[in-house]
Amino acid sequence: MTLREMKEIIQADVLTGEDLLDIEPTSVCGSDLLSDVLAFTKERALLLTGLTNSQVIRTAEMSDLIGIVFVRGKKPDNAMIELATIKKIPLLATRLPMFESCGRLYQRGARGCSEVR
Amino acid sequence: MNQEQPYIEIKRQINGGDFASAGEISSELKNVLQQAGLPPHFIRRVVIATYEAEMNVVIHAYHGTYTTSIYSDRIHVVLEDEGPGIPDVDLAFREGYSTAPAHIREMGFGAGYGLSNMKRCSNQLEVETRVGKGTKVTMTFWLDSSKPGSSASD
Repeated sequence: MTLREMKEIIQADVLTGEDLLDIEPTSVCGSDLLSDVLAFTKERALLLTGLTNSQVIRTAEMSDLIGIVFVRGKKPDNAMIELATIKKIPLLATRLPMFESCGRLYQRGARGCSEVR
Repeated sequence: MNQEQPYIEIKRQINGGDFASAGEISSELKNVLQQAGLPPHFIRRVVIATYEAEMNVVIHAYHGTYTTSIYSDRIHVVLEDEGPGIPDVDLAFREGYSTAPAHIREMGFGAGYGLSNMKRCSNQLEVETRVGKGTKVTMTFWLDSSKPGSSASD
């Protein structure tokens, strides 16, 4: 499933990286703990988070994540969007809460970090 | 002593509490390693460990110096800080143990995985610390991950 399909499933807006949505994440991770993301995510995963500080972008950059979805209506500031644009990390934003975002994606076939090699 | 000269050496300063710039050093290192054409899995474990170490300095210390030396077969990353030091290193390595204050946890850090993740990502990790003085962290990453001391999986 591509990021573009996932965007439709969770009714997300694209904040940056519209041209990068036709790629498929290896897995999806939902977390508000960057320490966990750094320790446990697989490369080319999609991150769903409620955090909106610039270290989210840095964590995605270091972990080779394929994109970030901000859940429950959270919006990053312009500096974060600018950094993500430079780093070619697509940013999406949905009004859905974390559980519902993850649930909808999982129901449609997206898989978690422990389920992929 | 090993007299071998690195191909590339990068030195930078880190200011404690400077969250706006935190991550720039690891980001620069990632760019350098990508330009050198190193394998993505190798780059990933080097920059994750370096980023964890960089964040530790920003979170806990007053000031730090970062040096990366890139050799043909390995990378050395050294972060030396002036800071509170670590009273109990074994405890600091324990997963889930953290002394990070509330505002750091609100940023998503301070879960107590930093040091253990650095150990997992590197082939060798040394921590020298003096309470009230500071901490020096030295990490070695071998391109050939089958080298001894490796718990890193590519």
